Amino acid sequence: MANDTLTGAARTDAEISGLDALEIAGREKEVSRGARLWASTWPKLAALAIAIGLWQVVVWSGWKPPYSLPGPVTVAEELARQAGGRQLWDGLATTLQRAALGYVFSVAVGLLVGLAVARSKVLRAAIGSMITALQTMPSIAWFPLAILLFELSEKAIFFVVVLGAAPSIANGVISGVDYVPPLLVRAGRNLGARGLNLYRYVIAPAALPAIVAGLKQGWAFSWRSLMAGELLVVGISQTSLGAQLTYSRELSDAPWLLSTMIVILVVGLVVDAAFGAADRAIRRRWGVLDQAGQ
Amino acid sequence: MTSTTTPPQSATAAVALSGVTKVYGRGTNAVLALDGVSLDVRPGEFVCLVGASGCGKSTLLNLVAGLDRAQGGTITVADDAHPGLMFQEPALFPWLTVEANVEVPLKLRGLPRAERRERVAELLRTVHLSDFGRKRPHELSGGMRQRVALARTLALDTPVLLMDEPFGALDAMTRDILHDELERIWAERQLTVLFVTHNVREAARLADRIILLSSRPGRIIWSTEVNVPRPRRIDSPEVAAIASEVTDRLRTEVGRHGK
Repeated sequence: MANDTLTGAARTDAEISGLDALEIAGREKEVSRGARLWASTWPKLAALAIAIGLWQVVVWSGWKPPYSLPGPVTVAEELARQAGGRQLWDGLATTLQRAALGYVFSVAVGLLVGLAVARSKVLRAAIGSMITALQTMPSIAWFPLAILLFELSEKAIFFVVVLGAAPSIANGVISGVDYVPPLLVRAGRNLGARGLNLYRYVIAPAALPAIVAGLKQGWAFSWRSLMAGELLVVGISQTSLGAQLTYSRELSDAPWLLSTMIVILVVGLVVDAAFGAADRAIRRRWGVLDQAGQ
Repeated sequence: MTSTTTPPQSATAAVALSGVTKVYGRGTNAVLALDGVSLDVRPGEFVCLVGASGCGKSTLLNLVAGLDRAQGGTITVADDAHPGLMFQEPALFPWLTVEANVEVPLKLRGLPRAERRERVAELLRTVHLSDFGRKRPHELSGGMRQRVALARTLALDTPVLLMDEPFGALDAMTRDILHDELERIWAERQLTVLFVTHNVREAARLADRIILLSSRPGRIIWSTEVNVPRPRRIDSPEVAAIASEVTDRLRTEVGRHGK
């Protein structure tokens, strides 16, 4: 005992740092940025190459005449020609503007409704399941009503985009708040977080991954609704991407049609990649991505 | 069964419980978790609550921490201090760095930034984690996380620390070292500690007084002062002797439920 008392504190210090060093060692695995980028890029490139290859094979097989199904080279040439003109960019600008406006509004509505439902038992009982029902409603089914209400106008498209996206976002918020670990809430309360502070310091950050997932799904729904809307609600002065699809079909201009589809696909992919990056950043911070860590 | 309860000394107690009763559920499903628990913890005293499963140990701490309400009795914390509570899991916020975790209670108290930074550095030094402030919880070992949780609780500047099996999930060596650490911090900061555990050796290693709770309903059935000089070792014969006495009592109590 006497020996221990003499060296007690110093010995404990040494033991602690030794134990920490042992525990931490080998946890960090450094992978260079380039290697990581390549590892995530090459499968995508390979899949793209295979898809284009299959497309070319189908064209060569003569399944459909070239004027209804042109090959990748023809479409690529058309796409390059379009990229040189104004029409594509004007259409893209119109569509993206509508998408942004509708999405931002959906986010505002979705966050507010989601938070209200998550907090209030009465609201949850009243409209909780209705939100999920709305989410399953195909957006195209809203258009007849939207056109009756707002005629063939921007408003009709906006209406359907918001109805398509807001429920997903609200559901993301609700499930995010529902799945906040109760232990973290208790810890937060013990540390002095009450009322709004509890939301600010504990619940909101803890729910963030689910909220981002809801935002991502909301984007997918709003983009789909927007495309459906633009296809149906043509005749407004501006030639959006959806309107260009309709025109190209009416003119039987298959290369134009396919190149417009590719643009739509690329926009979807770019936005999805942005959400993917946000999601990964969150998971890395939380330590869910780090396999060596757990 | 002997029942030695210390005479009430509420005037000087750091934490005073009197006839605390807690029922979960209603009607026929009601479970009496705590039944008239009275206990005075002296300022600076280290009290370990020991009991088998279902004895309401954690319930008791939640009540003292104000996270739950008792149906009967009173709980008084001296000077209306807000006790700090630690759990078996560190309950750190995974989206914050170690520093930011420790800073949360300081922010919530509205301390200015410069002072917060100073306090965080001091607290991390206290738990020997100065080099790990920028890490995230998932990058640390279980023992280190629990030390961050301790620093975060100490940031409340509270004289009363409630600990709910805080070392239950750690390996034996880490636990031994953290016992030394906790004992040092308790003495340095003159804390009053109410420590729940089902590990009787741990209780004998740490406590000034061990209190045994019965299960369903939770009542205080026995208590003993641990008069072993500090610093103690968990494997010393004195600690082992106390532990085996507590174990015997605990087994008798558990056996009562076996018929």
